Amino acid sequence: MAEIQEKSGGGKQRPGVKKGKKLSTRIDLTPMVDLGFLLITFFIFTTTMSKPKTMEINMPVDKPDIEEKDKNKVKDYTAMTVLLSKQNRVYYYTGLADDPMNPPKVEVTYFQSKNGIRDAIIALKKRVYEERGNGMPGHNIKDEPVILIKPDTTSQYDDIVNILDEMNINGITTYALVDITDVDRDFIKKTEEANLGAQ
Amino acid sequence: MSKHKLPRKSTHIDMTAMCDVAFLLLTFFMLATKFKPDEPVVVKTPSSTSDIILPDNSILLTVDAKGQVFFDYDNKKAKKALINTVSQEKGLNLTEEEKAAFVNGASFGLPFNQMKQYLSIPPMEQKSYAFTGIPVDTSYVAATNELGYWIQAARTAGQDEGHPPRICIKCDASTVYPKVKDVIKTLTKNNIDRFNLLTSLEAVPEGTDLFKERSKQ
Repeated sequence: MAEIQEKSGGGKQRPGVKKGKKLSTRIDLTPMVDLGFLLITFFIFTTTMSKPKTMEINMPVDKPDIEEKDKNKVKDYTAMTVLLSKQNRVYYYTGLADDPMNPPKVEVTYFQSKNGIRDAIIALKKRVYEERGNGMPGHNIKDEPVILIKPDTTSQYDDIVNILDEMNINGITTYALVDITDVDRDFIKKTEEANLGAQ
Repeated sequence: MSKHKLPRKSTHIDMTAMCDVAFLLLTFFMLATKFKPDEPVVVKTPSSTSDIILPDNSILLTVDAKGQVFFDYDNKKAKKALINTVSQEKGLNLTEEEKAAFVNGASFGLPFNQMKQYLSIPPMEQKSYAFTGIPVDTSYVAATNELGYWIQAARTAGQDEGHPPRICIKCDASTVYPKVKDVIKTLTKNNIDRFNLLTSLEAVPEGTDLFKERSKQ
């Protein structure tokens, strides 16, 4: 109990006079307070927990009538394409790969903390920041790395969230989620075949 | 010599005031709490480092592992306006009770032609209704794509109520991309280029740019 029983102080009692036992009208509210705070704690936790967290995504405007001159041109040295494929595989290459005679070097990796796609993104960012100020034609000090994300039909939603998260983690501000092309599918196929042959 | 005697004081603390405070706070939290709404399907969301809180009055599109789409709107006033519009435009002939069942109901995923049947059954049985998902086709325009129609109509209803809704997609981690793409394309074709993806929170990996930025704050 929250109180220490007080000795009923030396009131003189006349002998022979029976006195009814004095009952305190005070109720000990401590357990009630305990209960109150317990419930408060419960409600505090449920409110904060039930607010789900989200990530924001901005999609490129999907209109067929955008004219060629209004489109942003991605510079070759800032570009990287990430292809998401089956079994959480990630294929990536740098550059625009618009020259069919000179196919890019496609690498394969996973979402892992070491030697994964994150390291590739960090390397790209570092290279772009080093090269953008060197005064070469087309290089501008304001250039930022641009990443195109192309999920294949065999990829899962998990992969998309992971790669978008990587953009967020590595501070890539310019990226787009776009449809995969047949050329890119071909890259995946060729890389797979090459890897099979190497084994 | 007089004997110095300390007055004996009660150690009892009056708990009434504390009790008042506790219950005042309790009342506040009880009224402020919103419990998790019923979910028609179990969805295991992927995790990300993003910590943006789901905006209020948002439209929640749940996509399960099979790619079935469910619709929910966290704004009862707008939901009322929405079902009135849908009932009229799609000729569903819903009664007032059925409309009320829609407003108070949870997430659903059905084509228009099953809506009346679903809304007419008692709320307890609605949970176990065999949902088939809102049809999403590849035409992506509101006229034929039912999901596109729902989103357009809900946005109009929300606009009229003064809370233009944000759209949030809650998708299962193992859903294949084409199913996700259909939903995303439906949004972008309806000129919705910014939306949220619901994820669970995970820690920021050490040494990355985001980690440095967050630890600066």
